[in-house]
Order: sequence, then C-alpha cells, then structure tokens
Amino acid sequence: MMDSNTPEPAAQPEQDGRRSFIKQAGGLLGLALAPPLISQAERLTAMSKKVEGVTEMRLKVNGTVRTMQAEPRVTLLDALRERLDLTGTKKGCDHGQCGACTVLVDGKRVNSCLTLAVMVQNKEITTVEGLAKGEELHPLQQAFIDHDGFQCGYCTPGQLMSGVACLKEGHAKTDDSVREWMSGNLCRCGAYPNIVAAIRQVEQSGFKG
Amino acid sequence: MDTEPKFFETNPTAGVVGKPLNRVDGRDKVMGRAKYAAEYNNLPGLAHAVIKTSDVAKGRITGFDTTAAMKQPGVLAILTYQNIPKLAKTPNDADGKKAIGAPMGYLPLTDDQIHYAGQPVAVVVADTLERAQYAAALLKVQVAADKPIASYEDPKAQLFDPEKIQDGKADGHVKRGDAQAAFAAAPVQLTHKYTHAINHHSPMEPGATTAHWEAPDRLTIYESTQGVTRTQKSVSTMLGLSAEQVRVVTKYLGGGFGCKGSAWPHTILTVQAAKAVGRPVKLALTRPQMFTGMGHREDQTQTLRLGATKDGKLTALIHEKTSTTSPWDNYAESNSKIINMLYECPTFEASYQLARANVMTSTFTRAPGEAPGSFAIESSMDDLAYQLGIDPIEIRLRNYAEKDPTNGHPWSSKSLKQCYARGAELFGWSKRNPKNGATRDGRLLVGWGMATASYPVHNSQGTARARLYADGHAVVQSGATDLGTGTYTVMTQVACDALGLPMDKVRFELGDTKLPTAPNSGGSVAAGTVSSSVYMAVQDLWQKLIKVAVLDKKSPLYRAKIADVEAKAGRLQLKSDPKKGEGFADLMKRADMSDVEGNGQGRYGSGYEDAQAAANADQSKKDEAAHHSMHSFGAHFCEVKVDPDLGTVRVTRWVSVHGAGRILNAKTARSQIIGGSIFGIGAALMEGTVRDQHFSRYTNASLADYHIPVNADIPEMTVEFIDEHDPHINAMGVKGIGEISMVGVSAAVANAVFHATGKRVRELPLTPEKILGAKAV
Ligand code: FES
Ligand code: FES
Repeated sequence: MMDSNTPEPAAQPEQDGRRSFIKQAGGLLGLALAPPLISQAERLTAMSKKVEGVTEMRLKVNGTVRTMQAEPRVTLLDALRERLDLTGTKKGCDHGQCGACTVLVDGKRVNSCLTLAVMVQNKEITTVEGLAKGEELHPLQQAFIDHDGFQCGYCTPGQLMSGVACLKEGHAKTDDSVREWMSGNLCRCGAYPNIVAAIRQVEQSGFKG
Repeated sequence: MDTEPKFFETNPTAGVVGKPLNRVDGRDKVMGRAKYAAEYNNLPGLAHAVIKTSDVAKGRITGFDTTAAMKQPGVLAILTYQNIPKLAKTPNDADGKKAIGAPMGYLPLTDDQIHYAGQPVAVVVADTLERAQYAAALLKVQVAADKPIASYEDPKAQLFDPEKIQDGKADGHVKRGDAQAAFAAAPVQLTHKYTHAINHHSPMEPGATTAHWEAPDRLTIYESTQGVTRTQKSVSTMLGLSAEQVRVVTKYLGGGFGCKGSAWPHTILTVQAAKAVGRPVKLALTRPQMFTGMGHREDQTQTLRLGATKDGKLTALIHEKTSTTSPWDNYAESNSKIINMLYECPTFEASYQLARANVMTSTFTRAPGEAPGSFAIESSMDDLAYQLGIDPIEIRLRNYAEKDPTNGHPWSSKSLKQCYARGAELFGWSKRNPKNGATRDGRLLVGWGMATASYPVHNSQGTARARLYADGHAVVQSGATDLGTGTYTVMTQVACDALGLPMDKVRFELGDTKLPTAPNSGGSVAAGTVSSSVYMAVQDLWQKLIKVAVLDKKSPLYRAKIADVEAKAGRLQLKSDPKKGEGFADLMKRADMSDVEGNGQGRYGSGYEDAQAAANADQSKKDEAAHHSMHSFGAHFCEVKVDPDLGTVRVTRWVSVHGAGRILNAKTARSQIIGGSIFGIGAALMEGTVRDQHFSRYTNASLADYHIPVNADIPEMTVEFIDEHDPHINAMGVKGIGEISMVGVSAAVANAVFHATGKRVRELPLTPEKILGAKAV
C-alpha cells in the first residue's frame, strides 16, 4: 500500500523506491509509457513504499471508496473497466491519443489510460457514472441529449468529462475556444458541431461547475 | 406492391415520424450505462485474450518459444496454429469463404504462413488483461521472413484484369456505347489521374468479442458488429453448428463505417480461445491492431477521361482504376458505378486492374466506390466548368440525367435540382467570384466549391415483430443494429405512429439473433428495411384484431367486411364511415386478450417494386427487373481558407442538402449528414495510412499518426433535406442517408481549394506539401 500522505512534489525522492518503480515500469509497461509520464509517475510513486505483485488498492470513485486486488501496472482505465465494472469510461486507443478514457482526478481531466491506478489512490476520481445525481442528469448530459452531441456514444463519456472540465477551466467562453480545448477528444461519428453547441449552451445558462 | 399498405396511405400526416426527437437511448449513453461488446464483465470466470501479431509481412513461422510466457502467473493458454481447436470450415477455400460469408479468403492460425504484417500468429489467454498482454510480449515467434510486395506500385507487383471485383459482386468491365470513339471525336477532352490514400474506418470502439460457451454446443457472443445475423452465420458455419446454436448480441456499437460489417478473424479466434480454456473469454483489438484487423479502403489510382462538346455536354466517360488487393481476394470498390450514372452521357466504359500484395483484404468503407469515384468525376466536372467558363452548378445542370443513363429507367424520385438550388441559396453561391485565386480574407485565400452526391437504394429485406398489450403499451423487435445512426429512436417513432401510441409507451429492441432477422446495417439499407418491417408487423397485428372485431357481436364493426376496415391511430374503423369503429383496448378487453402480436417483412429497393421479378436474381438483375432506378441525390457546398505560405487548408463553411426519401428523424438525420461530411473532410484533407514500401508495414497505425478530424478542424455546418415522397422504394418511402453524406465531399473540398488557389490537386489527402508543390493553372 502507498502511504496515505501525499508528500510535497519538491521533496527529494528516495533512491530505492525510485529504482524499483523504474524497474517495474520499464519491464512491465515497456513502451506503453510515454517519457513525460514516466517522470511524473516516478515523482509521485518515488515517495511511496515499494509496490509489487497483487496488492489491495483503494480508489475513491464518484465519492465511494472501492477496494480491489491489482498489480501496480494496472492502469486507472483498466481498474475502472475490468476491476470495478465501471465500463462507462471507454478505451479507444490505450495510448493517450483519443480521449475516450477521460476522467476527472481531483477535478482535473486526465487520460485514465495513461494513469496507473496505484498513483491515484487518495484522490477524488469522477467518472461519467458520477456526473448525474441519481437519476437527475448533469446539465451537460442533458445538453448532449438535446443537441444530439453523439451518435454511437462511445466517445461520449470522455467528451462529457472533458466538457465538464472545459467549462470549469473557463475555456468555454467562445465557440472557437471550445473547439480548441475539446480537440483532445476524438469523435469518429463527427458530432463536433453538436458537442460545441451543447457545451456553449451550458456555459450560457450560467451554470457554474 | 399495390396490395400492401403504405405509410403514406395509413398515416398521411405523420405523427412523431420525422420529428427531431431526442434519442431514446440518449440517457443510457450519457450516463455510461450503454453496454458495448467488451463490457459484459459478469460472466463466470471471464478470462482475457490478447492477439500476438506478425511484424513481418511475408514468411513462414518456424517455431514458438513459449517458455517465458507460460511461466507467468495467470496464463491459461497460448494458442497457435499448432494447438488451437480445429474448425469445421475455414474461408481458406472458395466454397468455405462463400459459405461463411467471410471478408477474407484466409484465416490466420490455420497454418504456418504469414501473408501480411499484423496477421495474428498466436492468442494468449490469461486471468487478467495485464497478464495476457505481458505474456504475449514474452512469447517469441521465430519466422523465416521473405520479401513482401507492398502495393500495386511495387515494381514486383503484377497487375491483372479481374472479371469480377468487390468479391464477385460487381463486374470488372462495364461498357455502354462506344466511349473510345466518342472520346476521340470529342471537341473537349480531359484526361486526369486521381489517387486515393489508404483509409481506415477507425471507429472509436475497437473491434471486440466476448465469447461464452454456455454448453458444448451452445455459444453466446457479445460482438461489435454491424449485423448480428451475418456474424451468426459466419461463426456457426466455421464451427459446424446450426445457426440457432450461436447467439450474437450487439446492444450498442461504437461506430462501424463498414469495418464491422463482416466477421473478421479476431471473432472466431476468441470463440476458439474460449473453447480451449473452458471459460468465457473477452478480446478487444488494440488500436494498432485495428489497422490490420478489420479491413481498410484500398490504395488506388483512377484515370478518368472525359469527352464533351464546347458547350459542356458530356459525350464520353472512360474510367480505369488500379488498386491493391490481398493474396486471395479480388476486392476493389466499384468506383465506376457512380461515374456511370451521375450525368447524362451517351457512352461509358470502365475497367479495373488489381495487384496482389502482402496486405489483408480491403473492405467496404463508408460510401464504398461512391466516395473515391465521386472524387474523380466531380473534380473533372469542375475542371470542365472552369475550362469552358461555365458555373460549376450550371455545368451539372447541362448534364442533368432525367433518366438513369445506365439503363434508361425513370428515377423513382430525384430532387437534385432542388438540392442545387437550395444549397446555393443557403451558401450564397451567387456571390461567388468565378475567377480562381481572386478572393482573400486577409492573407488567406478563400475558395468556394461544390459537388454532387448520390447513393443507390440497394436491395434488401428484413423482419420485425410487434406486440401490443391491451393496456396500451407495446414492445417492438428486430435483430437490427444501431451504429449510432439512431435505429433505436427512429424505429420507436415508426412503431408509435403505426400503433397510434405515444413515445413512452413503445419500447424497441434490437441487436440480438433471438429477435426477428434483419439485414446488416450497411449500404444505407437499415433505415428503410427495418422501418418497413416494423410498419408491416404493426399492420399484421391490426389485421388480427380486425378479424376479432368483425366476429364480435358487441363491436361496432360486427359483420363488416375485413377489407372495409382500417386501423388509424390505434382505432379500428370503417373506411367509408370512420365514426363507426372502436379503439383496440375496448375490443381486446372484451375478447379477453392481454396482447396481440404481429410479424412483418419489410422489403427495400427493387425487390419491393417487383418482388416476383427480383426473386433469386443477383443484385444487378434485380435492379434491371425493377421499373425504376432508385437513388438518393444531394449536393455539398464548401468554403475553405488556404494559407498561401503554409499550404494548410481549413474548411470554414459547409452546406449539405439532400433528397433521400422520407427522413425519419430530423435531428438524428442531420447528425448523420454532418458526421458523413466530416468523415469525407478527413479523407479529403488528412487521412492516409502509409505502407512502408520495403516492409509492407503501416508506418502510422495509431490515432496519433493517422489523423482524423478533431473538433477544431470542423466549422458549423448547415444541413437540409428536400421533402420526397417516393412510393416505389419501400412501405415507408425511406432511402437511407449513411453513405450519401460522404459522397462528393472530398471533391467539394478539392474544388474549393482549386477556386482558392488555382491549384488542382488530385491526390488525396490534400496535405500542405501537395498544395505548396502544385502549380496554379
Ligand atoms: S483510451 Fe485513453 S486516450 Fe484513448
Ligand atoms: S459519438 Fe461515436 S465516436 Fe463520438
């Protein structure tokens, strides 16, 4: 298990922990990890105790703490989809190229396929399943339905999570800004104009994330 | 068929049909509840499979080293051609391929041969995904590699002249009149070459299969497919089971665009893996595997020769296409079809050349044939207009085909002139400066282009079942699929109007072979076929109730002739005296019927118009048998801004107007046209998979390197439909819009670039270096 305290990022990593993580990341994840991620992962995990083999992990998803048995190489995306049966979050590429796996971690949008589950314990994770309050939809969910912001619906959970973040970031003030800040989420069905309309409508309704 | 009821007659004013209603599955999709093929996690002992593919494109497997992989915890099996459970039939011979309906005449893991890079060579199964992935990485495959052929452009490639293309479905040679002589005599002659890059469908949901053997002879698969019935047929035939022993379920589908129209190797490999380990197995292709796992649009060159009079009347069209196919199949999109029918032209000739290369078989890709074919003809028509100083719309009107030029049949309906006129009006076409390169926005060059679109109404049939309950709700079913096109929603709308019930009282179910058989969602046939099936099923149910009514002494319809009674908005009444009648609920209550069920068969296309003549005939014979030619038509208008220094092109305005029969839902239909246009903009400006000419391996098999349009690439778009009432095509009068939305798009973009820059680029995609490298005419 990781320490429950998240250390300051500026703290000096402990040699040992760092090396064992690199060994695992290199050996087990191999090329799947892009270099910038390795350094981030390194920084975050280096503070922690060594994690090896199958261990118990705890993830706080949509306000509920969930426990699972998993190896440290398990991505947040696969933890959600395969361990916790939260299949709303989608896998389109597994390589940070499509945005289908976008979730919020402490309110920020991240690609869950490029995030190890072990790194986000003790953080608030929000997935598409957590957007509505019970049966009452989040305004952006309703706007997606009203503006037909999807066809097949496979990119939609990622679009919604990015859209929610986009609104909160203040990047939804103009159509062009939405287009730019939503371009990390691919939609092969081509729902883009409708997605822009949905996000802009929520922005203009005065909704504050 | 005159004897069958038609929606136009029973519902002269539609209720919810056509309305821009929200999708009925919208809530499930935005809440993350819609379950796709790889999301059936609660099967007992579900294991994970990963495909190991070949890096070389040609060779022979000489051995496997499984030691390290097998030592990994959780590994259940490593399957290769040596130990995978045997199949009753494979597509490796012509008979097997036909019986299976396989997209490719070779199934991996049937021998030691390697024919293309990315070919599966092993399947690794483990208790978790990570363990399967890691074990697959540790598995060593020894290969004696050979030098591959990469494409028709490879110096080693041998071109041949196929008698049939598109897997036997289209002729390799087409001739109408003496096009060569007409071309030679033409006062205006244009000869141009067009190339089209390899395109990959790239649906956001990768192909996936979850296979569950519920008994040794009973299998359920959750599959990402455009047709559960076709998959059932393929899989059951390969296994030597009867169709009903294999159940295929596809409740939600994350896009398809043609690549999920057939059962590709990963599907049967997953089924075999589940057999081998005695547990349910899930397999999802990785994104790189999507580039070598489910087909593509082939690399191709077209040469189009166009002969015309000085006032722009076509006299000859000669089309040649050369493209790459696989070692086993003669697959080429039939580009010539649209070139043959789009304009009035007395002569036509088409031929195809293929070369075998070490690639998998290409397959139907949104608007197969029509998309690249329209790029050639619509670019050349633009050239003709420019050369003769005629407006691009005017040149098309001068060659307007009042009848189908290929067979002289009248059109079942055609609203192309209205599409041009309305599109031009919405776009502001009359303000277009006829000179190329003369319009600027700051330092950017502005261009306006347009192109015609058309797509045939193919021939298809399907079935549906409708059950109406006495308390006023209904369940309607058909084994169709919803790719995101809105099948769930539009079929609910049709059922509601046919039943006279509100939307919240009708549930439509699809995507299961346990339901009545429906065709593949492909070739734009689903909307017309399934809606007609649903409509006919409801008519059948009314006939059953009418029979009860005329025998019921308490019914106002007692002793009426069955033929004199009609059903309107849920009421059974005399045609001659509509006041005489009653609602279904009262009748059913008296008769103590809790529910009544109807079955319907919907026919679409020429088989609808003349079922008898079309019976047992192949597609081309069916079309001949009909009295009408059946097509959708439309027009796209595009504005681009081109950076003269960087060669970058941005689409800044878009207008599409289509006449496609009855539109079932104005909102989802608009989305589909937008989506198809964006698909076409991708092909026009950025999409192209590059095969390394030495290794015959894709160099950009990822979504980072194979560029599809992103949000910032797409402007606001305007879509309209021309109202069409076509009684010849099916009971609902629906033509379908999935494909036409993409036809002509790349030409509209290229024509706009030509107008902006004076540069005519004929190689798709129109990337900056091609635009900078071209000379203005
Ligand atoms: S699945 Fe994570 S970005 Fe594509
Ligand atoms: S809705 Fe299908 S990919 Fe976006």
